[in-house]
Amino acid sequence: MAISKEIKGVDEACKDVKDGMTFMLGGFGLCGIPENCIEELVRLGVKDVTCISNNAGVDNFGLGKLLKKSQIRKMISSYVGENEEFERQMLSGELEVDLIPQGSLAERCRAGGAGIPAFYTPAGYGTEVAAGKEVREFNGKPHILESALTADFAFVKAWKGDTSGNLIYKATSRNFNPMMAMAGKITVAEVEELVPLGSLDPNEIHTPGIFVQRIFQGRSYEKRIEQRTVSQNK
Amino acid sequence: MLDKNGIARRIAQEVQNGQYVNLGIGIPTLVANHIPEGLDVEFQSENGILGMGPFPIEGTEDADLINAGKQTITALPGAVFFDSATSFAMIRGQHVQLTVLGAMEVSANGDIANWKIPGKMVKGMGGAMDLVASAENIVVAMMHTNRAGESKLLPTCSLPLTGVGCVKRVVTNLAVLDIKNGAFHLVERAPGVTVEEIVNATDGALILPEVVPEMSL
Repeated sequence: MAISKEIKGVDEACKDVKDGMTFMLGGFGLCGIPENCIEELVRLGVKDVTCISNNAGVDNFGLGKLLKKSQIRKMISSYVGENEEFERQMLSGELEVDLIPQGSLAERCRAGGAGIPAFYTPAGYGTEVAAGKEVREFNGKPHILESALTADFAFVKAWKGDTSGNLIYKATSRNFNPMMAMAGKITVAEVEELVPLGSLDPNEIHTPGIFVQRIFQGRSYEKRIEQRTVSQNK
Repeated sequence: MLDKNGIARRIAQEVQNGQYVNLGIGIPTLVANHIPEGLDVEFQSENGILGMGPFPIEGTEDADLINAGKQTITALPGAVFFDSATSFAMIRGQHVQLTVLGAMEVSANGDIANWKIPGKMVKGMGGAMDLVASAENIVVAMMHTNRAGESKLLPTCSLPLTGVGCVKRVVTNLAVLDIKNGAFHLVERAPGVTVEEIVNATDGALILPEVVPEMSL
């Protein structure tokens, strides 16, 4: 019999989050973010948290909501434009920010979930990112040592999931979600559609349920578009 | 002198049949509009798509389908979606053959700065550091001078670096320049632009050939 990860809802998913914890949150921009869990973290008012997320949302949506209530102590991200409150907190020193190359961020999460403590990458060599990091040459090219990332909670968003925690993502909303799912001590998956065991094709699952501890069907997805660009009808 | 679309049109000539290409935000995005008919090229966007198509017809936008600039896009037949670690495996593993990106400054030894102005603007490097550290072929698309009229082609970059010794070619509103042996080498001039104008707008070491052809666009 498969192990069930199904829980009632977002309140049960986040019931044991605590001040000072480290969270990973999937998504690229506002695409594929765990909207329900973010709302719940805002409601709970959990403070002094470290958030590992490629971006920091926009001023009134996504992680921007946590920022607005000054719940975040530190952000680990690759790109944080499009957020004035973020910029204000960073320049005033209220918010600690660690900016790291996007590929290194993805691989550090993957490594954290895969039991690899560190790896060498050429990205960032010769830049501020390399400060204090070991440099080693491979095949005549310098690389820097980057360490793995893990989190107390990883919050991910998928399109479909089953009660075993197996996940399928849609289009480019996949982004950081699969690596973060691997790297959370407790991984919470919110899905648009929670389906019965056996209804997903095992050939098409992106994240195996072993990486997921809690799963629930989310509600009222807004799925805001950051840059609506269209072609004219021909 | 070229406008942004002109720069994109010239860079489109760098794209070869069968290449996988990553286009950065801004002028580089426009390159996709100028690829000649009959060329088989696939565009990679680092947020997780290969086979990126044009913007969707109004009313068909999908919040789950965007490019790295967070713009709504479409997927062409044969497209594929993947996670961010796989995306950067394509980039770091040199499976993407051409990278086009913008810059604030480029130096005569191929350094590039495009992610931070200390005390003023810090948006982050996104995928740029991974891209410039690994791509075999990097073309920079930018204006030759900044808004204050100062050269963006410098002896050394003054802004925090994105990558060192990585830029091979720069296409600006004034010229095409190659970077080798610690100098800019003028390759072509934009229509209506004189060599003297290019010399005046370039602060880094500039090598001039005997004849400087005008771009054919």
